[in-house]
Amino acid sequence: MNAAADLVSRALAAIAASGDLATLDEVRIRWLGKRGELTAALKSVGALPTAERRAAGQDINTAKERVQSALDARRVELERLQVDHELVAGRIDVTLPGRGEERGALHPVTQARLRIEALFARAGFDIAVGPEIEDDFHNFGALNIPENHPARALHDTFYFPDGRLLRTHTSPVQIRAMLARGAPLAVIAPGRVYRCDHDLTHSPMFHQLEGLVVGENVSFANMKACLHGFLAAFFERDLAMRLRPSYFPFTEPSAEVDMSCVFCAGAGCRTCKHSGWLEISGCGMVHPHVLAASGIDPERYSGYAFGAGIDRLAMLRYGVNDLRLFFENDLRFLRQFRAF
Amino acid sequence: MKLSYGWLKEWVDVSWDAGELGSRLTMAGFELEGLTTNAGDPILELNITPNRGDVMSVLGVAREVSALTGQPVTGPALRSVSDQLTDTFPVQVNEAAACPTFLGRVFRGVNNRATIPAWMTARLHSADVRSVSPVVDVTNYVLLELGQPMHAYDLGRLSGEIRVRHAHAGERLQLLDERTVELSADMLVIADASSAAGLAGIMGGARTAVAPGTCDVFLEVAYFAPSAIQGRARRLGLVTDASQRYERGVDPALPPRAMERASALLTEITGGRAGPVTRVYSNVHQPPRAPVGLRRARLARLLGTSIEPEKVRAALSALQMKVQDVAEGWEVTPPTHRFDIAIEADLIEEVARVVGFETIDERAGEAVQSFPELARARPPEAAILETMIARGYYEAITYAFVDPQLQQRLFPERTSLAITNPIASDLSVMRVSLWPGLLRAAVENQRHQQERIRLVEHGVCFATSGGAVTEIDTFAAVACGARLPEQWSVAREARAPADFFDLKADLENLLAATGAEEGFAFEPAQLACLRPGRAARVLRQARAVGWIGELHPDIVRELDFTYPPVLFELAIYDALRVDPAPYTEVSRFPMVRRDLAIVVAESVSLSALRERVILSSSSLLRQCRVFDVYRGPGLETGTKSIALGLIFQDFSRTLTDEDVDRNVASIVAGLRVSLNAKIRE
Repeated sequence: MNAAADLVSRALAAIAASGDLATLDEVRIRWLGKRGELTAALKSVGALPTAERRAAGQDINTAKERVQSALDARRVELERLQVDHELVAGRIDVTLPGRGEERGALHPVTQARLRIEALFARAGFDIAVGPEIEDDFHNFGALNIPENHPARALHDTFYFPDGRLLRTHTSPVQIRAMLARGAPLAVIAPGRVYRCDHDLTHSPMFHQLEGLVVGENVSFANMKACLHGFLAAFFERDLAMRLRPSYFPFTEPSAEVDMSCVFCAGAGCRTCKHSGWLEISGCGMVHPHVLAASGIDPERYSGYAFGAGIDRLAMLRYGVNDLRLFFENDLRFLRQFRAF
Repeated sequence: MKLSYGWLKEWVDVSWDAGELGSRLTMAGFELEGLTTNAGDPILELNITPNRGDVMSVLGVAREVSALTGQPVTGPALRSVSDQLTDTFPVQVNEAAACPTFLGRVFRGVNNRATIPAWMTARLHSADVRSVSPVVDVTNYVLLELGQPMHAYDLGRLSGEIRVRHAHAGERLQLLDERTVELSADMLVIADASSAAGLAGIMGGARTAVAPGTCDVFLEVAYFAPSAIQGRARRLGLVTDASQRYERGVDPALPPRAMERASALLTEITGGRAGPVTRVYSNVHQPPRAPVGLRRARLARLLGTSIEPEKVRAALSALQMKVQDVAEGWEVTPPTHRFDIAIEADLIEEVARVVGFETIDERAGEAVQSFPELARARPPEAAILETMIARGYYEAITYAFVDPQLQQRLFPERTSLAITNPIASDLSVMRVSLWPGLLRAAVENQRHQQERIRLVEHGVCFATSGGAVTEIDTFAAVACGARLPEQWSVAREARAPADFFDLKADLENLLAATGAEEGFAFEPAQLACLRPGRAARVLRQARAVGWIGELHPDIVRELDFTYPPVLFELAIYDALRVDPAPYTEVSRFPMVRRDLAIVVAESVSLSALRERVILSSSSLLRQCRVFDVYRGPGLETGTKSIALGLIFQDFSRTLTDEDVDRNVASIVAGLRVSLNAKIRE
């Protein structure tokens, strides 16, 4: 074994024994540095006889290369180990919650309303609005409900000293929309309405959806298709619908709309009082007097109108069983409606 | 209305059981609301709509059942009571238009203590009518059976004559229920020579009421025009079986038949003897039953389906209408009991009702194309709400009427609109702001141990000025409690209660979404409910569009808040109308930033400082940011140091140090002159 081979085996042993990059660097300096052992060995070659110089120089250079390549390999290995170590040390508990603000929630009634608006917008309906404080003409008179009409007893109306009132339904928006836009038109009017009634199933303020379509050939058959299509889209299921004759002074014929119960699919449960049906809306063909009072020729045009409780639609969609919860604004209740 | 199934069967042959009958009536427009039994007899509770007063009787329902089944209406045989006395009592009708028919009959020798037949009390009971005395029970029985209200007077207590007249304004009358009411001149009364003896068509008076000892009776069976009765009972806070029927319309042809029925029952049960019927009748005032045209084409067009002519005729005939074929369709005369058939649409409804709404097939309507106004005119409500919700807010919906005391405390300078008939004294004025409702909701939530409260609301507020009320579409927010939700890795500062600047960030985030944030400004201002020095008016293009501030400490204490709420409110149309600024070019050359710490007096606002910076600089200044505000050691009292980051950039070249130095020097000089500012080294 010559001197070079001995140097190499010692250097390789030192490289293998170095446990981190700093130690490895010391090893490099000790063997390959300016004053390193291999560097010194190479220098000492000059002192040898000429004949031996060449072979000895080659041996030492080969030894240097071997040591250098072992150093490089060990460096890569140590670097990888260091990264591995950092990754281990840098582990986090991914189950801890994220930092910052938490999402709030849209009120369920608003969610239902926006959903209704989006569905009707896709069907070509525009949104119409009207004031919440109305006069007798728009809330009653133009809707064919004259003073002293028995139907007024069904509207527990809030009044102001000057005779104006809080609208008891969104139907006055029908009148305003027809007066402002004329025929043909297709609008919905979602909004707040008021009745002086307060118990388990009645709130003095609630939300109604009004719909109105007027055109030259608008029929009862169209109304059925529209309501059925809307209910199926809103509840995302194929449900049965039936119309029952009823009475509203501003429509003729008038009907109540029942849909198969969304909780029992018509089999009968507590929500539908074991009838299989849920009353969901009132509707009818716009009364000719109402068209005329709104400046539309009832001979040329016909129309249908409907009204539904947005709160009730929201209750059915979210399974809320007490209307009053909607107006208590309890965060523990609202927090449950964070979904889009 | 409650209806005995057994009683109905006496009038029309029904093969359906009570449940099936209820379903059929429901689908014919008379909704079954309940089904009970009374001594084995099924009792149907039907919802009779206000247009169908003619169905508020056994006879009326029998007619409808007959139209559905084709079975004839029968009823008990009518027994005419011949005159057993010659006695009459004079009747004078002053108001023939209001009372076109008045029948009166004297009965003597009545035993008002006679035993009432059990079948009669059972049937009265089935309709929730209490048995009172033979005479009263007979009148109630006939009312329930035929739908004809009637009234029995103690003849001995009537003086002189019966007079149908309008009440004198302020006239007082003690009613059967012992209540004394003050009458107005549009109310019709039945009076005798002395005074009012009853409210026509609504309720009799106490003075002339029959008593157990009554032996002579005057029976009134009249037709009153609906317009003479409507609304009066409600105004007096009364709802009676009689008023409900007269308001909706009682068959004008019914009084003679009802008089016969009542006379037969009365003489039979009480042993009384009857005199001849006094009849005051005005032909011209009888309600007209004019023929109404029904066009085939119109029927088909309105329903969207065609119904065979025979079916139309059959449907209308089954409802006792006279149907005559004419060129375009039919001419239809309604029966006297129908008050709701005046125009073609009424007939279309009747046809559709009898053939069944379910026979009309659904058909999609023709599409109407229109392009409604979008966000630029109408604030995008869903996006506004979603923006706040993404920042931790919950949407509330509070009542539009609020507590007047709270509203007055918050907004003493604003006038509230009061409701005449509120449901509660603390819900009696229309809100002038969303804050009363939101603060109330926040207090309630705090009571439920919710420590961090973030609420927004969108709704109408009511501004009163003179007599005019303006409805202002409003958006408001309240923040109360910690800056961030409780969590494990935020600095202490994040746990401090939210303050003005936390809410302002939420507001600015919203304002940025208008695309016009440069146009907004915050102006220090005072509002009674906000803490002085921590309140600002929000301006858009110098126009006031809202408020932001911390709740006044006095009110914080009064409402018992743990943390002071911070609030903002915007007039949504003015404040959040979207108006995107046009695109501006992005420079491709590098930015140069210089930071300056400027010492100014406390009274100098950032907006004043920023305005000066912009005025003193060239157009190379792109941005002026604030990254610190310092007060304390090293500064004179009454001064503060504001650290500004100034960013310069050109569109055509890379800026040199000299370019930037020149600008900074100009800014420093400008601030020194205008604001007496010093540069902090």
